[in-house]
Amino acid sequence: MNFRNLIYFVFLVTILALVQILFLKNLALFGVAYCFIYIIAILSFPVNIRHFPLILISFGIGLIIDVFYDTLGLNASAATLLAFLRPYWIKSISPNGGYDESTKPTLHDMGIGWFISYSLPLAFAFSLAFFIADQWGTGGLFGVFNKSLFSSIFTVLMAIIVQLLFFKRKRGIQ
Amino acid sequence: MLRILLFLYSLRSFLLFVLLEVLAIGLIVANNSPQGAAFFNSSNAFTGSVLKTRSDVADFFSLAEANSALLTKNAELLSELKLLKEIPDSTFIALDSALEEKFEFKGARIISNSLRFGQNHLTLNKGSKDGIKPGMGIFNEQGVIGRVKSVSANYSVGISLLNTGLTLSSKLKTNNSFGTTNWDGKDSEHARLLYVPSHVVANVGDTIVTTGFSNVFPEGIPIGIISSVEKGEDPNFLDIMIDLSTDFSSAHYVYLVENNQIEELDSLHQQAEIKDEL
Repeated sequence: MNFRNLIYFVFLVTILALVQILFLKNLALFGVAYCFIYIIAILSFPVNIRHFPLILISFGIGLIIDVFYDTLGLNASAATLLAFLRPYWIKSISPNGGYDESTKPTLHDMGIGWFISYSLPLAFAFSLAFFIADQWGTGGLFGVFNKSLFSSIFTVLMAIIVQLLFFKRKRGIQ
Repeated sequence: MLRILLFLYSLRSFLLFVLLEVLAIGLIVANNSPQGAAFFNSSNAFTGSVLKTRSDVADFFSLAEANSALLTKNAELLSELKLLKEIPDSTFIALDSALEEKFEFKGARIISNSLRFGQNHLTLNKGSKDGIKPGMGIFNEQGVIGRVKSVSANYSVGISLLNTGLTLSSKLKTNNSFGTTNWDGKDSEHARLLYVPSHVVANVGDTIVTTGFSNVFPEGIPIGIISSVEKGEDPNFLDIMIDLSTDFSSAHYVYLVENNQIEELDSLHQQAEIKDEL
């Protein structure tokens, strides 16, 4: 990861976290579809980022969101799980011939089919961890699954829209 | 020994994962106990100022609503004041200490509020500088909102009534039989009234208010209206659902209430070994 990349990701994390904190706190479509837009940042770190720092960074991002939401630990635990699962999942869905050194697992680099199969299960795992911890002791496993499923679909949809609108498109051969 | 260390090193990301998860779960548990002090929350200076700026902008668009709510409350208070105002008289009677002012009220603004989680909290724009203390009750002209949990110099964080950890001593206005209000974690408009014995006559449409037993809220602050009454799983108690009277999504300006005698009452309860609910 070079310096330019570093600045880029700091910027990305800041913007997404701000949007999450300022606008998406009480947003829930039909009461079940929550939007965790900041996980786009965790999902779009380069493929070759090492596992150890990825987990630490994700925990930090989750904790920042938690402090603003007063849900201390909820986002942090779910984001840590997401970061832990990410490399295994990336490896298991690698295309023929593997990845390039500098590939980012984003929509423009990998295509929409791959991106959905990459982000949807991870977003689902994230949401599941989040809602299990959130609804602990209130019963209702159905509610947890319901919320997780629709939240992950909504989050992935938002991720696709955000990337189409704001992420740089790859031009020609790099 | 070296091989053990090498083995652990090869597992380092898994170990970090486990460590951080344990840490996060520890934070969740510590944060969700209604009494315990939180490590960090949105009452710290930086977070508070960000949330306040956001709410300054957002609240601008609902000033008209807030104004009309304040007007309604003012009119209500004025009419009450008229009833209570002393009629000028030549005799003067020293008031008994039993009539000493028991509750003290303060005003504040909600700068951050959540409704969608299982444990919801709210942040207020007043802190210890303005005399806010942990344990004060929060309500607005519609009804009960929550209770202050922790306080910093300029901001404070409260547990919302929409928090499965908060129990609220409450009673039916019609026949004064009491129960406990507890949110069930589902949606922000309904809650449950627990521990109402099955012989009590509770009807759909009855008003639920605070009891004043808990020493946090004065008696008679509205909580909600009964929306359904059923025989519960436990045959001794009724299963009552209530529509909360407070619209949490549009609550902006709130009142805080402090019981001046809470220390005396607390020490008395401690002596008698009574555990209090809110």
